[in-house]
Amino acid sequence: MSAADAIAVAGVTKVFGSGNGQVAAVDDITVSIRKNEFFTLLGPSGCGKTTLLRLIAGFEFPTSGAIWLDGADVSDTPPFRRPINTVFQNYALFPHMTVEENIGFGLKMLNRPKAEIAERVAAMLKLVRMEALAGRRTNQISGGQQQRVALARALAPAPKVLLLDEPLSALDYKLRKEMQIELKRLQAETGITFIFVTHDQEEALTMSDRIAVMAAGRILQVGSPREVYDAPADRFVAGFIGESNLLPGTVERVSGGLASVTLSVGGRIEAVAPDGFSGGGPATVVLRPEHARLMPAAGAPEGAIAGTLATAVYFGTDTHYHVRLADGSDFTVREQNRPSVEARFHAGDAVAAVVEPRAARLLRERP
Amino acid sequence: MARPFDVRRQRGFTVVAAFCFALLYLPIVVLVTYAFNAGESIANWEGVSLRWFVAAAGNAQVIDASIRSLQIATAAALIATTAATLAALATTRTAPYRGQAATFAALNLPLMVPEIVTAVALLIVFARIKMATGYTGLGYLIAAHTAFCIPFAYLPIRARLDGMDLNLERAAADLYATPVRAFRHVTLPLLWPGILAGFMLAFVISLDDVVITEFVKSGGQETLPTYMLGQLRRVITPEMNAISTAFLALSIVVVTVFFLVSRKRD
Ligand SMILES: Nc1ncnc2c1ncn2[C@@H]1O[C@H](COP(=O)(O)OP(=O)(O)OP(=O)(O)O)[C@@H](O)[C@H]1O
Ligand SMILES: [Mg+2]
Repeated sequence: MSAADAIAVAGVTKVFGSGNGQVAAVDDITVSIRKNEFFTLLGPSGCGKTTLLRLIAGFEFPTSGAIWLDGADVSDTPPFRRPINTVFQNYALFPHMTVEENIGFGLKMLNRPKAEIAERVAAMLKLVRMEALAGRRTNQISGGQQQRVALARALAPAPKVLLLDEPLSALDYKLRKEMQIELKRLQAETGITFIFVTHDQEEALTMSDRIAVMAAGRILQVGSPREVYDAPADRFVAGFIGESNLLPGTVERVSGGLASVTLSVGGRIEAVAPDGFSGGGPATVVLRPEHARLMPAAGAPEGAIAGTLATAVYFGTDTHYHVRLADGSDFTVREQNRPSVEARFHAGDAVAAVVEPRAARLLRERP
Repeated sequence: MARPFDVRRQRGFTVVAAFCFALLYLPIVVLVTYAFNAGESIANWEGVSLRWFVAAAGNAQVIDASIRSLQIATAAALIATTAATLAALATTRTAPYRGQAATFAALNLPLMVPEIVTAVALLIVFARIKMATGYTGLGYLIAAHTAFCIPFAYLPIRARLDGMDLNLERAAADLYATPVRAFRHVTLPLLWPGILAGFMLAFVISLDDVVITEFVKSGGQETLPTYMLGQLRRVITPEMNAISTAFLALSIVVVTVFFLVSRKRD
């Protein structure tokens, strides 16, 4: 691991159960998380996000592989000796203590002097804007407030790494948006490394420095939000982050990093090829719905993707057009709505989609 | 429109319910009433008086038996609750292990074994120990009471632990609490109402026992229930009613105190 890494997960596997019932909840994962980074684990339910987090926290121990913290192997260190704190999915606030006592608990267990604890607790209460409720029991405050107390409790001992397991999933939409901004602010102010778990791709894109996309116990791609969105490593990532159209076709030729692909539904696309890609043959092109435009089939340029408009769904900021292609598959185009302009197309219209230059990407197929 | 099923609307429900309540509480009401009888009889009412309470309080045998009962109940409930707490922790706070179901069954089986069987078994075993050691103190009764109190103490503690989020103990460990300190600062305070309930239950069960006590006790070791049983075979005066009433009052106080304490804790 390099000196800039806060956490290094080296070839970690965690197997639950025995015999035929064995599941590798985490399957040979290797990943490094940099200091001061807002790092997000994103993946569908059951893909092993919580398990990976619990391995880092020390509630579970790897079946094989090692976990490094700040240059030291902590694979066998119990949780109470790791300078890592967790914000639990259900907050796990101590119900028999007040807000203040909850926040001060970590420092008390570290045997810090009373005066220091009081000072630090006051600072934390201010940070999460909970000064007014310091003396309340934790079952007498709202969900959003509990979330903030859980955050303050985990931040109070100034850990090297903060683990957050879907901390916002129980909140309503508006509060969730507010807390997202608040979390970003806290991370910037404290400079602590955040490892954040979510299965909400929008949340991951807006908050993270880097995202690791997980599926079935493995990490499929690690990269900045732009990288995983614009250049998904494979079919799964393309489908999981944002909406995308997957179009099968045949690569005719590759030049200057651009592949010319004849689509099996008709039409031709210039797709950005992955680094080092050469050769032809069958391939899949991925295209984001907002990177195409609809026009009437009559007068469409050569190579446009032709079809029949099945439905147009109004979404407020934009309209989603679902186009039925020649082979019966669905192709989505998303266009931004303008004031006082009615939908341009209606169900049953013969339409064609034109793709913006350098917007389509060729997927690297995994064996 | 058809009304949803409501057992209270079934024909005869009220009659059956009233009959059950009457059967349960009427004898107790009669018993308590006659504790205040001025006369010698438990059947003829002759006016209100506290004479039988005074008589019971001045009866050396009653006092002696009461003190013994309280000693046994306190000791047995304390030991049983401690053991039950440890057992509950061992059956809920460890990774699943082979024989966990068997442990659970073994802990609860005493609830199903007929008391008379336990009594005879203990009588035989203790008789041998008495012969071998010559010891005839209260230890036998305390041990016997502890044994049958454990499952009663175990149930509420176990229920409390089952309802307790495991993440709370993880959170404590996450916040630098060693296992011992996590237990002291998080598990124990949250478990406290369960432990208290277990203790109260064990205490009342022990206080009330006749069958096992009757078999196990050595000479001169009357507890309040066995003393009362002995008296009932001879003359019956309202003094028995007075003792029973005091007993009932004590139980009510114990349960009420527990209720108030546990409600304040939550
Ligand atoms: N203690 C355990 N014993 C057995 N299997 C487990 C255990 N913990 C997790 N698993 C299994 O490991 C897999 C990954 O679980 P994990 O909780 O890490 O998923 P997750 O990505 O956090 O899902 P979610 O988004 O639903 O929280 C699941 O198939 C789960 O059933
Ligand atoms: Mg999870």
